[in-house]
Amino acid sequence: MGSFAYFPHTGEDIRSMLDRCGVNSLDDLYSDVPADFIYKDEYDLDPAMSEQEVREYFEALGRKNVALTVFAGAGAYDHYAPAVIPAITSRSEFLTAYTPYQCEISQGTLRYIFEFQSMICALTGLDVANASMYDGATSAAEAMRLCIASTRAKDTVLVSSTLLPSVLAVVRTYAKWGGIKLVGIPEKDGQTDIGALALLLGSNAVAGAILPQVNRYGIVENHMGAADALHASGALLVEYCDPSVLAVVKTPAEWGADVACGDGQSLGIPLCYGGPYVGFMACRTEHMRKMPGRIVGQTVDGAGRRCYVLTLQAREQHIRREKATSNICSNQSLMALWVTVYLSLMGPQGMKRVNDLCFERSHYLKDSLMSTGLFEDPFPKATFVKEFALKPLVPVESLQQKLLDNGFFGALSDENSYVTFAATEKRTVAQIDALVDVVKSMKA
Amino acid sequence: MSKVLEGIRYSESHEWVKAEGNIAYIGVSDFAQSELGDITYVDVPGEGEIVTKGVEFGALESVKTAADLVSPVSGKIIEANGSVIDAPELINQDAYSAWIVKVEMSDPSEIDTLLTPEEYGNIAK
Amino acid sequence: MRYYDKLVFELGKSGRVAFSLPEAKTGAVIPAELRRSSSPALPELSEVDVVRHYTNLSQMNFGVDTGFYPLGSCTMKYNPKINEEIASMPQWQGIHPLQPDSTVKGVREVYGKMERCLSAITGMARFTFLPCAGAHGELTGLMLMRAYHESRGDSARIKVIVPDSAHGTNPASAAVCGLQIVVVKSRPDGRVDVDDLKPLLGPDVAGIMMTNPNTLGLFERDIKQIAQLVHDCGGLLYYDGANMNPLVGVVRPGDMGFDIMHLNLHKTFSTPHGGGGPGSGPVGVCEKLADLLPSARTSAYNGNFSVILKAYAYILMLGRENVRMAGRLATLNANYIKESLKDVFKLPVEGVCKHEFVFDGLIDDGSSTGQNGATTLDVAKRLLDFGFHAPTIYFPMLFHQSLMIEPTETESKETLDSFIEVMHKIAMEAKNDPSILHNAPHNAPVGRPDETLAARQPVLKFTV
Repeated sequence: MGSFAYFPHTGEDIRSMLDRCGVNSLDDLYSDVPADFIYKDEYDLDPAMSEQEVREYFEALGRKNVALTVFAGAGAYDHYAPAVIPAITSRSEFLTAYTPYQCEISQGTLRYIFEFQSMICALTGLDVANASMYDGATSAAEAMRLCIASTRAKDTVLVSSTLLPSVLAVVRTYAKWGGIKLVGIPEKDGQTDIGALALLLGSNAVAGAILPQVNRYGIVENHMGAADALHASGALLVEYCDPSVLAVVKTPAEWGADVACGDGQSLGIPLCYGGPYVGFMACRTEHMRKMPGRIVGQTVDGAGRRCYVLTLQAREQHIRREKATSNICSNQSLMALWVTVYLSLMGPQGMKRVNDLCFERSHYLKDSLMSTGLFEDPFPKATFVKEFALKPLVPVESLQQKLLDNGFFGALSDENSYVTFAATEKRTVAQIDALVDVVKSMKA
Repeated sequence: MSKVLEGIRYSESHEWVKAEGNIAYIGVSDFAQSELGDITYVDVPGEGEIVTKGVEFGALESVKTAADLVSPVSGKIIEANGSVIDAPELINQDAYSAWIVKVEMSDPSEIDTLLTPEEYGNIAK
Repeated sequence: MRYYDKLVFELGKSGRVAFSLPEAKTGAVIPAELRRSSSPALPELSEVDVVRHYTNLSQMNFGVDTGFYPLGSCTMKYNPKINEEIASMPQWQGIHPLQPDSTVKGVREVYGKMERCLSAITGMARFTFLPCAGAHGELTGLMLMRAYHESRGDSARIKVIVPDSAHGTNPASAAVCGLQIVVVKSRPDGRVDVDDLKPLLGPDVAGIMMTNPNTLGLFERDIKQIAQLVHDCGGLLYYDGANMNPLVGVVRPGDMGFDIMHLNLHKTFSTPHGGGGPGSGPVGVCEKLADLLPSARTSAYNGNFSVILKAYAYILMLGRENVRMAGRLATLNANYIKESLKDVFKLPVEGVCKHEFVFDGLIDDGSSTGQNGATTLDVAKRLLDFGFHAPTIYFPMLFHQSLMIEPTETESKETLDSFIEVMHKIAMEAKNDPSILHNAPHNAPVGRPDETLAARQPVLKFTV
């Protein structure tokens, strides 16, 4: 022994420790395991690599990916992440800590979670936020469960068909096995049809509805009347949000929502092939005790100093077991820190600037694409901030391939034969022009 | 030692019942409050809710644990005690004056099936 | 560590900025009916303010890099630095989750090779990487359990058996998955009571969830018989990978008869816990369930890819030569502490443990001094004064004063010896003057918080 960097034991250590344990060999420590379960073959793993070999291996592996300029969204956006963020989140006091159960030596984690909760409340306008969840899609699934838990004897949740497909897929999975009925709300002009929603409330079974504040086409939806209709039949309004865009558009609270959820990825988290991201959830105070996940609260210590603890834990699985509001037992804490640092850096002015730039770039992109004559605009009156849908007049697959061949990722297609493009503040006019040139080359 | 009050009845799940005609005041025993520790939240349905003997109808929460409230009688809740909901510590201070819900019993004879103070004293230790 | 009082909202000044972005020309034009009425109440700081604030916060935190972290059931092993370097390489950071496979061949290779590595270590046939944490893996695994029965037209299996000693996530995940929970009792030694199990089995049982070694760190010796009984009744066996660490390189869950399992890459495969996440909870299944894996769509894209990368880097470092020692050394470390402290702490179950074990409080808690005796909470808090993280306390609930210790394989004999010495010192303090423990910690940034106040009058966000 002693030849592996992560195992500190010398041969002498092992011998003296075995003596203390009163056994002769390491295998004797497994004397309670039936002998035929002890794996005797060579493990089918590669030989150990040195650290240098590991680094070179991954560098080579990374080169097998094609670097693309991202003009795609669909719930994952290429926003700029300031250099401060990784410098903070890589601090090992944050990185290598466990859940802050021992609050006396976890005030750092607890305090930034409290700040995260406060910022989510500021963005959504709602009263209470939790310490974060796995991702946006699971936060929507948990919001669906909250609707059922917060209303009595109701078993149905309405879901807008303009929610992101990736979110709908996860919500459907949770609903299927959780015994919750889902009913789709149709779309009209690229937005949730609020009139149709009201008609679906006829039966008394509806516990809530999940509507996207920015939808799968990038459209900022108008939810006028939704909350009133839902509340009149004892159901909750859940808004699925892009928290970056929330800095400038009407908040869930302003729409009268009871719950807001979504993915914090748009707050500067790298795309990283889909994770880790961070889900969030906020609600009105009356639903606080039905909320899933950890919550940090403020209190004082014996000397009267302000400090923070995990609180309202009687909702959670380690206390309530099968009666818990959710099975979630962790949060995406480090990603919540990422978002908290991002919002601290951006402030209200930075968040406005990001949205202004996204708006300018995406509108410039859309106008330029329309001017090629190769698209129709299915939703000309819609408001969008960074993502939009077009109907291509060229074959979708060749459009997508052409873009890939030229180093662009965009024109995500859906079953309605629309394609979506997104342009964040990171996309330059030169990049946009280059993409449009590629599209233009498809004329003829 | 936790206190067992005379003149009222108890359930095995540590609720007490004080009957006045067909009205039952329901709370939790001194033993229950001491086992829970500082109670932080009382979760009970409001007026009009139907409760059934032996069936859970609410919960008490403390910092590190939670306990279901199981109705010792059947009937309809006619009042939840607002002062206890606002200040759950009242249960810790005096479990027998801090009633939690008032129930109009559908079958007042159910009271006779509950534990006497003496019987309850034997299990609440 | 020192106390630092500020919240980010209390710093800064209106008009200050910490971002650097180009000026906008026209800005966003949002119609009034869709516009937010006022800008969000976010702080306004300069960059250095932000950096100092979060650096100060970090200094009130204890991590694995700070010191020994013997938190039972959490497997707080060392988090290698090369993992972090690999995960932060720009080749991965900018990849959109919906990019076609032809453009992400390196990424797909990571998934493919990781699946083979995990299969080799666990004996399962296939894995899904969608779950973001252990509990998320449990839920995904239980969905697969139900999907399996459903695929055979067997819709009657709506119950799942869970040991009374199981982690709270087991029954909670089962409930979210729409299963009814049936509790099987543990024997006094903490192992599943096979006699109690037998009558619970029947045509309505979807399966059983087990942790092996169990929450007392004891190997479930009867697993072969349990597997036989459950399979005979048509049920499946779910393996909760929370306690996989002592079995790495020694025993494979697939060989014990488990059909579905999850792994916690953030425990067993060395990725950092990040103050509560992100983790990764891949779910493995045996061959007969492999085709069902795509049906368990439980997260939006491809799971927590960068966590998977880190774990893969760790496995490459470990290699076939070192894998055999991982579990064995974790088990050695746990037994060494157990044997060295059982003279002052109550050991409810004698014999070899696996990666962790549970004490039931102090043998002499000092109550003979006329003061209140020192509790497990007191011991835990006193440990903080000596630069150690506390063990897991009051779990499992089989004992009143549970103190659950898991050292992991990455700790040296010297580290364990200094922990043992401090635990003896604390035991001596408890015996002579337990008040020293009641008031602990004495050297942490804050003292014990008023948790009752926090729960009775919740303050959950900053308000001016």
